[in-house]
Amino acid sequence: MTRHLPWLLTAIVGAIALWVVAVSRGEAVNALWIVVAAVCCFLVAYRYYALFIARHVMRLDSMRPTPAIRRADGLDYVATDRTVLFGHHFAAIAGAGPLVGPVLAAQMGYLPGTLWIIVGVVLAGAVQDFMVLFISMRRDGKSLGELIRMEMGQAAGTIALFGAFMIMVIILAVLALIVVKALAESPWGMFTVAATVPLAMLMGAYTRWIRPGRIGEVSLLGLVGLLAAIVYGQAIAASPFWGPAFTFTPVELCWILIVYGAVASVLPVWLLLAPRDYLSTFLKIGAIAALAIGIVIMAPPLQMPALTQFVGGNGPVWAGGLFPFLFITIACGAVSGFHALISSGTTPKLIASEAHAPLIGYGAMLMEAFVAIMALVGASILDPGIYFTMNSPAALIGTDAASASAAVTAMGFPISPDLIAQTAKDVGEHTIISRAGGAPTLAVAMAEIFSHVVGGPAMKAFWYHFAILFEALFILTAVDAGTRAGRFMLQDLIGLAVPAFKDGSRQWPGFVATALCVAAWGFFLYQGVTDPLGGVNTLWPVFGISNQMLAAIALMLGTAVLFRMKRDSYAWVTMVPAGWLLVCTLSAGWLKLFSADPKVGFLAHANRFSEAAEAGQILAPAKSAADMQRILFNDRIDAALVTLFLAVVLSLLFFTVRTCVAARRSAQPMAREIPAEMVPAE
Amino acid sequence: MTISLDTLRRMARLMVGLPDYDAYLRHMADRHPDRLVMDRVQFFRDRQQARYGGKNGGRCC
Repeated sequence: MTRHLPWLLTAIVGAIALWVVAVSRGEAVNALWIVVAAVCCFLVAYRYYALFIARHVMRLDSMRPTPAIRRADGLDYVATDRTVLFGHHFAAIAGAGPLVGPVLAAQMGYLPGTLWIIVGVVLAGAVQDFMVLFISMRRDGKSLGELIRMEMGQAAGTIALFGAFMIMVIILAVLALIVVKALAESPWGMFTVAATVPLAMLMGAYTRWIRPGRIGEVSLLGLVGLLAAIVYGQAIAASPFWGPAFTFTPVELCWILIVYGAVASVLPVWLLLAPRDYLSTFLKIGAIAALAIGIVIMAPPLQMPALTQFVGGNGPVWAGGLFPFLFITIACGAVSGFHALISSGTTPKLIASEAHAPLIGYGAMLMEAFVAIMALVGASILDPGIYFTMNSPAALIGTDAASASAAVTAMGFPISPDLIAQTAKDVGEHTIISRAGGAPTLAVAMAEIFSHVVGGPAMKAFWYHFAILFEALFILTAVDAGTRAGRFMLQDLIGLAVPAFKDGSRQWPGFVATALCVAAWGFFLYQGVTDPLGGVNTLWPVFGISNQMLAAIALMLGTAVLFRMKRDSYAWVTMVPAGWLLVCTLSAGWLKLFSADPKVGFLAHANRFSEAAEAGQILAPAKSAADMQRILFNDRIDAALVTLFLAVVLSLLFFTVRTCVAARRSAQPMAREIPAEMVPAE
Repeated sequence: MTISLDTLRRMARLMVGLPDYDAYLRHMADRHPDRLVMDRVQFFRDRQQARYGGKNGGRCC
């Protein structure tokens, strides 16, 4: 009993903190209450729920050799120290997602997001990562598509692979859109991000020829270069010649990114991708750690109310009510399907013992949820007036301080035009109005926190651009790496029909697949950039739906495997979160298609525009009949895409049910684990 | 649990896809004493290509 005592205390502290967060009204709640509540819940969940899953559901066996042991080759399959592997896995799963989603979700107040992150990660997100890691670890570290093929059949595997490719396309478009939103009309930010390209190339040359393999050394040199770029960026932005030269409209930036994505993804990896990945990875880990320390030192009060009037829908940042849209807006951080690809990627090939799986699978995801909690705290410590000024589309609040102040004050969040202008000036931007996408809002919050700890108000502009740079850097790395990965997925898929496409000895299939991949995400990026409601409004829900659907697919795979292992009585561990995600994504997808509200439903929006077009009218923001046709076309493409996602997830639901029913009928376990002796070590 | 500086260094390198070179040498010496081993630079380039070549390029959102 005594060994449970500290955990009982942790649980009590967590419960008190959660109670304070949930019921305090009227006076400002300190952000630390949220942090304490989250940390206590995560610790208790890790100690009890992860252990329960490990012991009873999976029955992990620390004596059973992992792929890293029996296939050891010193390269891909290496038994790795668990602390080292934890860092590797965390760096692979944590990206821009957990930073952006919670910021967008803050429009409903801090409470719904906090509760969903805590409950979601404990019961769904961490379970998913852990389960996929377990399944892959018992099957030679195979990837998600192959696992689904092994356990649920060829057709299910191919559909899942296709779904994963489409999700990749949407993720790349949404990430690129965030960069566009952060860098448009911002010469300082644009200069620092542009400077990373030659900087990375210099680093690449250094690691190629001068001091090969000296990653730490070259990263330090790169960091010095980055800081110099931020410092000199201010002077560049102020210069009458260079300032305008680095000022781009969103549409120009969109084309720059598309060309960049196409060129970068065919360059040799050592030249640009690898060195920039060093910078972005270390900067990401450093910035996350600094943010955690900063929040604890500053202990800021939350200014956002616990709940806003936008809980019922009609919020300016994204349309739709709390159910189901909150649960797809915060994807990464609570539960993210993309992690299934990582947990069945390199990690299962590196894990030294099955006993390490709870820490890596469950623990690393809890850590990501903590990042999401910090992002939510960041958005909630800002003056809500500033938050809504930054995140509402220009179509609602106009483009100057006076109109924005009037519109946001009318929403019930009083703010003066002077404060809007002053905030922009503090962070060294021309304007902060309608900078949706999460990154700029988080950057303002990080500037607030960092400048409190280091440098005071004078350093705000520096920290703001540091935060923008840090986010843009790893988004650009993701765009580059994602285009390459998407290219191979596409080659595999097309190769099913046209075998010549998989032929590694030819060049052209690679170029064609790269071009198709860039064209696909570029299309959605352009659509998002030219969207009158700011793009994030349209694209983020589509991204959220697709990502959560992939999570549902991964959890359905987990369910099927548990049934095939004859552990039916424990299958609720994956069935409950899979069921919840299916309910959320299917109803969100349905609303996106058929809601009568043109702000939510793509078809209702299309109808409004097609009726107007037939009557010869031109509805804002269209300026011509051609614009009207383009908006119609975009709506229909979006609707088709959502339909496609629904079809993918429903067909996988069908395969899961079929697999589970067949497993129930069989007297023997059917799961196809790869036995230890089957594959001898290299 | 204390984390040594060496662990941190290895963690940072694995974060960007570079496994432990000494472990590779040990593996080769144990299992394949007859084969030629890659030197540190070859090993670095081989792993760089393996991580970023595309097949493992999945990075999270």
